[in-house]
Amino acid sequence: MSSEAVVGVVDREWQRYSIGERIARFAVYIAIVAAVVLSIRSVEVIPDFILDAPEQVVDLLKRMWPPDVASYPQEIHAALLDSLHIATVGTAFGVLMALPFGFLAARNVTPWPWLNWVARLVLIATRSVNTLVFALFFVAVFGPGALAGTLAIAFHSIGFVGRLFSEALENTSPGPIEALRAAGAPSASVISFGYWPQVVPAFWSLVLFRWDINVRESIVLGLVGAGGVGMALDNALNLFQWTRVSMILLAILGVVIAAEIAVTYIRKRVI
Amino acid sequence: MAALANRSLLIAPANWPARLAWIAFAIYFVYALSHLEVTPARFVTGLDYGQKFLAKLFPPDFHRWELLLKGLKESLEIAVLASVLGLVISLPVSLLAARNLMPSWITWPARLLMVVCRSFHPVIIAILFVKAVGFGALAGILALTVASLGFLGKLFTEAIEEISLKQVEAVRATGAPFMSVIAFGVVPQVFSRFIGFASYELDSNLRNSTMVGIVGAGGIGGTLFAAFQRFDYDFVCAIILSIIGMIIVGEVLTNAVKKVFRA
Repeated sequence: MSSEAVVGVVDREWQRYSIGERIARFAVYIAIVAAVVLSIRSVEVIPDFILDAPEQVVDLLKRMWPPDVASYPQEIHAALLDSLHIATVGTAFGVLMALPFGFLAARNVTPWPWLNWVARLVLIATRSVNTLVFALFFVAVFGPGALAGTLAIAFHSIGFVGRLFSEALENTSPGPIEALRAAGAPSASVISFGYWPQVVPAFWSLVLFRWDINVRESIVLGLVGAGGVGMALDNALNLFQWTRVSMILLAILGVVIAAEIAVTYIRKRVI
Repeated sequence: MAALANRSLLIAPANWPARLAWIAFAIYFVYALSHLEVTPARFVTGLDYGQKFLAKLFPPDFHRWELLLKGLKESLEIAVLASVLGLVISLPVSLLAARNLMPSWITWPARLLMVVCRSFHPVIIAILFVKAVGFGALAGILALTVASLGFLGKLFTEAIEEISLKQVEAVRATGAPFMSVIAFGVVPQVFSRFIGFASYELDSNLRNSTMVGIVGAGGIGGTLFAAFQRFDYDFVCAIILSIIGMIIVGEVLTNAVKKVFRA
């Protein structure tokens, strides 16, 4: 690409990007504008709804005020704790399942390309199927409840944790590993004394990151019957108990912010 | 065997806080498992259902491809419009939230807004918008815009806070007005990182735009949920495979864009 820029005359004027780069950038801009224009033209949005939206939002907020504080100890608190359990247990199972795939997907750990590809395919597939889709599946299989939610969280986490873990493995320094191999260490020892110490900080940081995401996801799962506070939210919505809805939303906000603060704190202290 | 004998030298000295944390986590784990009613018996009966279920999924049924395509197209439109809207809104908000450019009485409200937007899952925001503006793509677009504002705003703010203030000083010293300071002092330093974040957000919106339909906010999610409830599992399989395909194509495209902008 850069050769086009130097053909012919000597460049007297300094240019940050070559012609090829500029064309590529311009093409991206054009594509974005085209995508936006096409989307606006074909998306089915009723203009009256847009004009009406601010009024409707204000009306909704008025109906939500004041939050029904009394309902919190009755049913919201227990459901919220269930959501947290689902997130934590699901993350733990997900990480356990992700580790082997992470090792298999890392090219420097597993020297067989076909095995790398199989592992990668599993990681891509689990990452691309949304937690809610997994939840629909597991509700159909195990019936409604927290088990379905936990498994949904666990399966969707495989792809995310496994991919980032295999990337961390591929970024390890080969020195200690060669030293271990040269000393005749069996492959289990190479992994536990060569690779593992090098990826431990990355591992814990991505586990925490995923747990933080899973706390948010575990809250929605109840909408499809997979347990937790989402079920309470769904009930309140279906019964138009708006003051209760706003109480649940406030409780969710509190938990999510607390989780984020906890993760930041642990990351600073431990990792 | 020699390696085993020297093992104690290789392992760090006993780390009691870490051990206690592990024990505490193990106790919590058992407690949580009992609380979630995860019993082996239930698991085993479930596996039996699971087998039947998987058998019903295959082969995928692409007969109603028109319906499928319409849903995918709507999801794509929702993702594109929500990303662009979210980008446009989060640029000024993240400038307001950057602590190195603004006084704290401006950064706090901007930060609070982003935290609230980020705290709720897009599907929950979508429920509220469905109630507010009715069923359809508009609710999905608005919900994902809010979610994008939360995430892009946070990433943008962090990027802006990491810039070198020397260049900003230099532009300011020439007597440039505020907008020029932003355009020539701040934007060039963060542009390629912004492209990276924006393409990440587009990916994430594409994933979520296939889900907001579950609560009636437009896109393929509605079709998926309806097929699930009608036990139309071979069509469900077709929908899920197409969603995976669309997401992978989207990821390849955004990676190409990132390469062009060296983000």
